[in-house]
Parts: sequence; C-alpha cells; structure tokens
Amino acid sequence: MNRVARAISPVTRLFTQGWRLSALVISLAVLTPVMVIFWSLFSPDLAVWQHLKEHLLWELTANTFWLVLGTASGTLVLGVALAWLTAVCEFPGRKIFSWALLLPLAVPAYVTAFVMVGIFDFTGPLQSGMRSSGIEWALPEIRSLAGVTLVMVLAFYPYVYLIARNAFATQGKRALEAAQSLGYSPRAGFFKVALPMARPWIIGGVMLVIMETLADFGTVSVFNYDTFTTGIYKAWFDMFSLQAASQLASILVIFVFIIVLLEQQARARMRYTTVGKTAGKQERIPLKGWNSVAAVGFASTVMLLAFIIPMTQLLIWASDVVMDDLDSRYFDFLWHSLLLATMAALLVVTAAVILAVANRYYSDLTTRIMVRVATLGYALPGPVLAVGAFIPIAWFDNQLRDGLHAVFGYDGGLMLQGTIVTLLIALCIRFMAVGFSAVDGNLQRITHSIDESAHSLGSSGLTLLRRVHLPILRGGLFTAMTLVFVDVMKEMPITLMTRPFGWDTLAVRVFEMTAEGEWERAALPSVAIVLAGLIPIILMNRHAQH
Amino acid sequence: MPNTDYLLELNSITQRYGETTVVNEMSLALQQGDIGCLLGPSGCGKTTALRCIAGFETVQNGTITLAGKTIASRQLHLAAEKRHIGMVFQDYALFPHMSAAENIAFGLQGQSKQQRQRRVSEMLALIGLEQSAELYPHELSGGQQQRIALARALAPRPRLLLMDEPFSNLDITLRERLCLDVRDILKQEQATAIIVTHDQQEAFMIADVIGVMNEGCIQQWDSAYNLYHRPNSRFVANFVGEGVFLHGDVVDGERVRTELGIIDGEFDAPCCADCGVDVLLRPDDVLHDDDSPLQAIVKAKAFRGAQILYTLSLPTGSEILSLVPSHHNHPIGEPIGIRLDTDHLVAFRV
Amino acid sequence: MQCKQWVILAAALMTTWVSHSALASDEVVVYSARNEQLIKPLFDAYTKESGVEVKFITGKAGSLLQRLKAEGDNTPADLLITVDAGNLWQAANMGLLQPVSSAKLSEAIPAHLRDPDNQWYGLSVRARTIVYNTNKLNDSDLSTYEDLADPKWKGKLCLRTAKKVYNQSLVAMMIAEHGESQTEAIVKGWVANLATKPFSSDTKMMEAVAAGQCEVGIGNTYYFGRLEDKDPTIPLKLFWPNQQSSGVHVNISGGGVTKYASNVNGATALLEWLASDKAQNLFSDSNHEYPANAQIKPSAQVTAWGSFKGNQVNVAKAGELQVDAVKLMDRARYK
Repeated sequence: MNRVARAISPVTRLFTQGWRLSALVISLAVLTPVMVIFWSLFSPDLAVWQHLKEHLLWELTANTFWLVLGTASGTLVLGVALAWLTAVCEFPGRKIFSWALLLPLAVPAYVTAFVMVGIFDFTGPLQSGMRSSGIEWALPEIRSLAGVTLVMVLAFYPYVYLIARNAFATQGKRALEAAQSLGYSPRAGFFKVALPMARPWIIGGVMLVIMETLADFGTVSVFNYDTFTTGIYKAWFDMFSLQAASQLASILVIFVFIIVLLEQQARARMRYTTVGKTAGKQERIPLKGWNSVAAVGFASTVMLLAFIIPMTQLLIWASDVVMDDLDSRYFDFLWHSLLLATMAALLVVTAAVILAVANRYYSDLTTRIMVRVATLGYALPGPVLAVGAFIPIAWFDNQLRDGLHAVFGYDGGLMLQGTIVTLLIALCIRFMAVGFSAVDGNLQRITHSIDESAHSLGSSGLTLLRRVHLPILRGGLFTAMTLVFVDVMKEMPITLMTRPFGWDTLAVRVFEMTAEGEWERAALPSVAIVLAGLIPIILMNRHAQH
Repeated sequence: MPNTDYLLELNSITQRYGETTVVNEMSLALQQGDIGCLLGPSGCGKTTALRCIAGFETVQNGTITLAGKTIASRQLHLAAEKRHIGMVFQDYALFPHMSAAENIAFGLQGQSKQQRQRRVSEMLALIGLEQSAELYPHELSGGQQQRIALARALAPRPRLLLMDEPFSNLDITLRERLCLDVRDILKQEQATAIIVTHDQQEAFMIADVIGVMNEGCIQQWDSAYNLYHRPNSRFVANFVGEGVFLHGDVVDGERVRTELGIIDGEFDAPCCADCGVDVLLRPDDVLHDDDSPLQAIVKAKAFRGAQILYTLSLPTGSEILSLVPSHHNHPIGEPIGIRLDTDHLVAFRV
Repeated sequence: MQCKQWVILAAALMTTWVSHSALASDEVVVYSARNEQLIKPLFDAYTKESGVEVKFITGKAGSLLQRLKAEGDNTPADLLITVDAGNLWQAANMGLLQPVSSAKLSEAIPAHLRDPDNQWYGLSVRARTIVYNTNKLNDSDLSTYEDLADPKWKGKLCLRTAKKVYNQSLVAMMIAEHGESQTEAIVKGWVANLATKPFSSDTKMMEAVAAGQCEVGIGNTYYFGRLEDKDPTIPLKLFWPNQQSSGVHVNISGGGVTKYASNVNGATALLEWLASDKAQNLFSDSNHEYPANAQIKPSAQVTAWGSFKGNQVNVAKAGELQVDAVKLMDRARYK
C-alpha cells in the first residue's frame, strides 16, 4: 500500500521516488563494506577456519550468547524500570534522576570496565583494604561473565532508558487509566498495556544494545572474556587471516540481520501511533511510603555504579597525572574529537532522515530491507567495518589517481585516503543505526492524518518535510545527533585505523595509554571524553523537557 | 443519607489542586438506568468530577456512594479497577497494538474463552461493526473508534458508565447521529451512565437528567425541559438555550412591566411589587406579527432553514431575539411588528 | 541554522583536504604500532637534529598492515614501526617491506635481531622474563620457563592473556626449541598452575603477583620498571631464567622501509639514526628497554636489574611460528 502516491501529482511522485533513490544510495554505501566482508566466504581460509571450528567456535558462540542475553535482559529491565519511574511516576528527586540517569551514556564502556576491574579485582583498593584489615570474605570474581555483563548493562542501559522514557512520556497515563477502568490494577495495566504499547521503541533500544554488545572489543578484552568479536580479532591480528576474520564477521552480520527482520515481521500490521493525547503535567502516579524510598534507592544505586563511582575513580587517577600529561596538545585532541563527532552526527542524521522518510512513504519489502541493511554497520566490530570500508575506498582512490595520471599527467596524490572523508564515511556506516532508530521512532508518531491535513493545505514534498515533519521531529533529531555525537567521541578502532595524519582524538589517546596497560594515565583523556559528551546530553534533556 | 433508590450519589465532594478548588461541594444523585449529563463550560470542573467518580482522583472531602456502598471519601479510596465503573475517554484511548475485538475483550478477564467471544460478538453486533473485528484502531474511522471505545467500556457490564466528551472529536453530522445511536445502545444495555459535555444539543439528545455545572458545583440538576424553561439561575438561563434579559419592574405576582409593555405569566416573583428584575426572553417567546403595534428594527438575521433567528433592536437600544418562520423574510434595517407570547416568566432580581 | 552548519562542515573538509595534498617532499611518513608517547620524543629529536619533518600515525599493527596493503603503491607511508618481530615478519611476508642494505644498520644491530633479508631491523630489545613475589620466593626457587609447568607451582602462577603477541612470541620460540608436542605439554602445565584467569595486561599481572594473589609470573621487564618507578618498595623482583640453556626470551621493537615508500632515502636515514648511539639510548630509556645495539649500555635503573644471557635465535622465528603458537595455545586452552 502506498499512502502518498495514491493521491498526489506526478511531480510529487517523482519526488518521493527521489527519497527512495537516496535511501538506495545510502544503503549501498553501507552494503559495500558488508559485501567486501562477505566476499571472504568465496575464498575462505580453510586452515584457520578449521582450527577455529575445532577449538574456539563453540565456546565463542556460547560466550557471546550468554553475554548478549545477559546484557539485553539487564538493560531491558533497568532501562524500562527507570524510564517508567521517571516518565510516569512521581518521587523525590525524579527531575534530577530523569536527566542524571542519562549521564552514563558519556562514559565509554571500556572505561567503566577498567575502572570496575581496577576497583573490584584482587589487587584493587576494595579487596586490598579488606585484606589489610583482616576481613576474609571472598568477593565474587569480577573478571567473569557476571562482571562483564554488569559493566555492559551499566554502560548500555541508557539507550533503552532514553528511548523507553520518550515512549512512556508520549503514551502518558491515559492507557493505564483505560486499563484500570476495565478492572486492571496499575501493575497489571503496566504489563498488559503500557509495556506492549512501548514495545517497538523498547525493542529498538535493546537492538542497539545487542549490536553494541556484539561489536564490543574494548570491554571484553579488559575482562579477557572471549566472544565472537575477540575471535575476529584473533583470526586477523594473531593469525594474520583477514579472510577467516571476515568469515566470522559475516556470520555475525547474518545473525543480526535475521534478528532485525524477525522483529520487523513480528510488528506486522500493528501501528503504535499514540491514539490518545499526550500526558499533561499533573498526570503522574505519586509513589508513597516504601515505594518511593525503593524508587530513590534503585535510581541512586544505578547512578552510583554507572557514573559516580567510575567518574570518581577516573578523577582520582587523572589528578595524579594531570600535571605531567596535560599539555597544549589536549586542545587539539579535544578539538578533533568534537569536530569529528559533530560532522559525523550531522551526516548520520541527514542520512537517517532520508531513510526514515523513504521508510514512511514506501512500506514495500524492497524499501524495508534497504532501510534495514543501512543500519547493519552497528553490529560489525569497528576494525572489520573499517577495513571493509577502507578497501573499496582505497581501490577507488588508486583507480582515480592512476586514471588522472594517465589522462592528464596530473599526480594529485590520493584524494580520499588519509583524509577525513574516509573516516567520516566509516563512522557514518557504523552509527547509522543509532541515528535511524531515534529519527524513525519519532517519525512513526506523526500520524498520517497530519500528512493528509498538510496535503490538503497544499504542502507536499520538501515543503511538507520542512514545515511539518522537521519541526515535529526536532526532538528526535536532537536525540539522534546527541547519541551519534557521544558514540563517535567514544569510538576507538575506526578512528584509530582510518584517521588522517595529525588527527589524534581523545579516544586515540585513551588507546595509546590502555594499550600499554597504563590505565591511570588513560584516565585524563577519558575524563575529557566524558565531560565533552555530557554537554550535548544535558542539552538534549533540556530540549526534551520543553 | 445514602438513599438506596439511587445508584450513584455524590455528597458535597470537593477536589483541590493546590490553591485552586476545581470541584466545590458538589452533590448529585442518579437513578439506576438513567443517563445523566454534566454540562458546563470548559474549566467548570466537570471532567474532574467524572475522574473522581471513576477513581482516578482522590476526593478531599465529601463522599461518593455506588449502590449504597461508599467508594470514596476523605478516608477511603476504592481503587479505580475495583469500582466496576466503565469509562469512555475523550480521545478513546484505544490500545493501538490490539485489534478492535481484542480491545473489546480486554476487560473480560476471568471469563472463559467462549464467554468472551460471545460477549465480543454481541458488542460488535450492538455497535454494528461486525465486519471490523480484526482491524486495528488506526485502520478505523473516528466514529468507528468511538463506538469500539464504547463497546470496550460496556463489555464487562459495568455498574456505571462514564463518558468524557465522547463526541468532541467527531464532525457535527456524525456527532448527532452517534449521539442517538449511543443513547439506544445504552438503553438496550440498560446501562446507567454519566456523560460530560460542553455541548447542550448533545446533552439534550442523550440525557435523561442534566446537571449544569459552573465553578465546581452543579447549578441545577434537572430535566432538559426544566433547564430550558425553568432555569434556577442567571448562569443556567444564559448557558442553556438562547435568549436575552430585558429589564423590568415587578407589578405583582403575575406581571412585569418592561419597555415592551406588561408581560404576564406565572413566575416566582422576588418581591411583591416595584422591585427591578431581569426577564428572560427566549427567541420563541417573541412572535412576529405584522399587525402588532410593537415595532423593532432588524439588526441581524441568521437563516436556519425552517426559521430565521432575528436580532431585533428596540427603541431604547436593548436587543431581543425572535424566531420567525422563514417565509417572513425581512431585510436588515427594516422595522417589523412583534408580539410576546409567554405563559411562564423567568425573572431574576437585579 | 542547518545551512550554516553545512558551510562550516564543507570548510572543515576543504581544510583537511588541502592540508593533506600539501605533502612536502622533505619529510618521512611513519606508520607506528609503537605508541605515541614512546615514539614522538624520538621523532622530535630527529627533526631537531636533521630538520626533516616526521609525520606519523599510530595504531594496532594488524590494522596498519591492512592499511598498507589496501593503499598499495599509493601508500604515503615510508617506514613501518612495530613492537614485535612477529608483525614485522608478517609485513615482510606480505610483501609490504623492501630490503635496505646499510652498513650502519648491519654494524649496529646484531644479526639475530634483524631480518636475514634486511627488510627490517630491531631497534630495541624487550626481555620477557620471570617476576616473583619477594615475600614468598627466592631466586633459588626458580629456574626456567619450562619449570613453571611443574605441578609444584599449582595455584601460584599468574599469566597475561595469550592474545598478547609477547606471549605468542615466547611460545613460538619454545616451539622452535622443543617442538610442538613438548611445548604444548608445557603450556598445558602453565594453564593447570594458574592462580586466576589470565590478565589483560602485564601490569595487572605483576600487581597480582605483588599483592600475593599468586607468587610468580612471566612479563616484560619494562612493566616491572614502571611499577618500580611508582613504588620502589614493591615486593617484586626479576629473575633471569634459562641461563643454562636457551637464555631469556627476547623480542624487538623495530622497523622496516615500506615497499612503495616514496622517500626511501629519508626512511633509511631515519632508521639509521634510530640505530645510532644517541638514539639508541633515547629509544630504550624512554621505556626501560634494552638497546638493540650491544655496544650501548641501558639506563642505570635497567642495568641494576643485572645482566643476562638472551636467546640468540633470530627473532624472525617468532614471526614464522606465531600462528602455530596461537593454535597451540588455543589447544592448551590458554585464553
């Protein structure tokens, strides 16, 4: 069914085809590196593959499965519970928690990881202190599945929290009241109505978490926990087999694509456009007595573990080295990080709007698959994606240079490689999913009657987008930009591999230090990453509240 | 005193948000099987009163009794889900992830599957949407959504049904038709209901008894006829129906002297004689009569099909309204003859 | 608002483009797996001395190799620097380096620390040796790497993850010496003796030894140096194993000129300078390492750890056998 093309002029039809074409270009851009990686399946490295299959594959799959399951359910419970509390309930400090709970978004997961291991391991201050004061308790081992899951949940829950909070806030208390008037207690109503109604958004958030977990290398290596991604690294960096690494990565991509499609399919005909009006100010559920204490305690504990403890430890470490390490180059690192994050955020959001609009106009299978493909990059481990993007760009670049040289005798050197263009392309491919889910989630809330009334007032095409959709989308665009911005600030492997000369960023600085195990010295750039990331997060919240 | 004749009783309930009193010592009583209506301008507290009855708000003072049992008071608040009171929301609040049939079945928990299915088909038949059972809310028109919302609320056979501005999201022609449909459905289900609206036409069409609300309390709780013809306050007189007040002086218990002469009719005189009053003149009280010595100049007119509503200017400058059969078509500025036809006078002391 | 941002973006892009195109010929471009803080001081010194600009980016060796490969003959890189022999050997094997014959280099760098085909040269030596907790053990308790597989060490050994190339090189050299099956038995013995899961870094591992979580471990000497800097009283000591046999396992940090270097002479000159007396001290002292040039004395702190006999087998062997070593460790379930 095609809701727009049905009733409009050929000009507009051409225009909406334009959306589709642009979406095609974007998804091809994402598909290219994925295809480069898939190409490995045609020339497999059988020797390495045989070894992986025999000794590692089963264990890596099981490890990854448990980690993903744990992280996904953990972020689901934590994110949804916190979102419900802050979006619908009222308890002391709710307003502060509402934005403070987003702050962990600025802390890279690998930073939380090395802080947590630093604190809770045998040699950390906690256990050392206990030993020296003669306490003989055996704490659970932090370098374990439980430990790595805990860190990932603490680092990634804000994705679910942010998206679910918006969904609950828009849904308001009305659905719950409707359930109550039909004999359901608020608790039953939450599970029967509020939760299912927010499902697409919550699942969108959890999908981001799953993909982030699958692609993660930094966190799991701090814990020395072997996953599919560490297997990819091992095949490539330790066994020098990019083919075998790509084979593993292909499996990962196929797996993610299947999940994405299944989720799409499950939604089928249901539409989640909010039917009721949005919640007013006084429509919160006040928590009383122990409930309120429990809510405050819960939110504080999460804040403490996910933000306050890591930040305090980072600040302590950073203060030890700040006199020696902080020099004028930090301005460059900071500037590069900010510039890169801003540019990537703008590009991703532009592309995400195109994808989301195409997705809205066309619900045929081709478009749906196209749009989904465009978000696959998020599940690929950074360096694999970097190499997948780099190979075709380098090929194109070399052809271009040789061509120019042959025809014009002009030798301009490489046009794309070693420029920020390559890096930006790779970053955009990686973070398209983040931008898209935020934009698409909001666009879905614009009812078709809004479109229709705009058409009836003579707005269509770009005018419709500019005058009607974008203003309504502003919140979503801002969220998308913030998420991408923060993600790029934290991103390490792609920046490391494809950055131009002299483009060292804060994250690169963190890498330089952690690669040598100097975690204390990594604290300084980490603190800078967190602080720089906090600014847009706080702005985003301001924005969301107005 | 709880009176078992009434299904629902509100006994001077009060509801405040901070400094503002939204519902102020409001009382009403509704009989089993009746359709009551709270009518009033926006902000008069009618929706809040409804939410108090539903259990979404706690009352700060007064009591609410349902079938002789207190369900809300200062000390007591029976949870909304335990009151067996159905509600149709202004925005319908249909669950977007459920089909029409699933929405209707939602409140039928604790029943067997067959029972549920039977009740759902029964309700779909009642609202005439058997064909739309499997459609999702976004695939239904506004009027269909409205009827699904009604069916959903009625399906569990609530003791009382509340409807908050149920027709405000519909266009006018649909509104009138649905209004009558809903009344039929409610009567068929023998439901007791309270409807909140700001539209008197709606109220007149659907309700057995209407409470006109202002500033948090009910000014008059009465039949539509009485509200129109025997308003007990200036507010009710103004809010219900059209009309103007004309200044006059009481002559005796049956007569008032105005610039249109002596008007007679039965009325509750505020004094025996010679006090100033404002007399309510409805448009149908003022008849057009070419032979009448009383003349007024046409100031404005509104064509209403069978009739024309004239706004007429009297020599003193006061204005009155007159409803005239539409073949008496007079241009603006022309003087026409009028005559009064009143049997009951409504007059309030100045 | 959107419009303005796009202009800024475009301007920023143009700037980087232009700055990229303006590659001066009097400069050397380096891809370095040695981290910035350990390489930049050297380049700064070189620029100061010779006036030649050194441009570099750092990264993981594997990524840098792949980048070199993808760029092909258009690569801007002249010199590749890594922190282990394995990746240099791999680069040479992938045809990414070219032989450089230089009297200065062959004189300064011992034969076992450079490529037999002269495609790469070691610049500093990193010794991977045994560290132990002085509160629990003495020198006399220890003998060889192989001995740590003995059941008497059960629950007393700490190791870094097998994913680190330093351990892969160590095991590769053991394969070269003992053959696969014997080495596998040794590694299995290590794994059986572990006090806790392998650590993600030598520093964490050594801290665990010092804290008494275990008694002995295997690590690179410069990590010990850093811990010593921080806390001179730390109850840790280095032990030189295998002195009666193969010697202490050594690896190199080194470099080679890239196959498609546009500035071969510049790259060679930089390499020669890095092998020179003056640079050798800078290179090794910046990180408590040993100079590759045997004539040069290490820093006083490093000298104080005592002298040892190092393994004389060519470090290229570590590269050659690295994949075998990785597979062997997987089989032994050394994570």
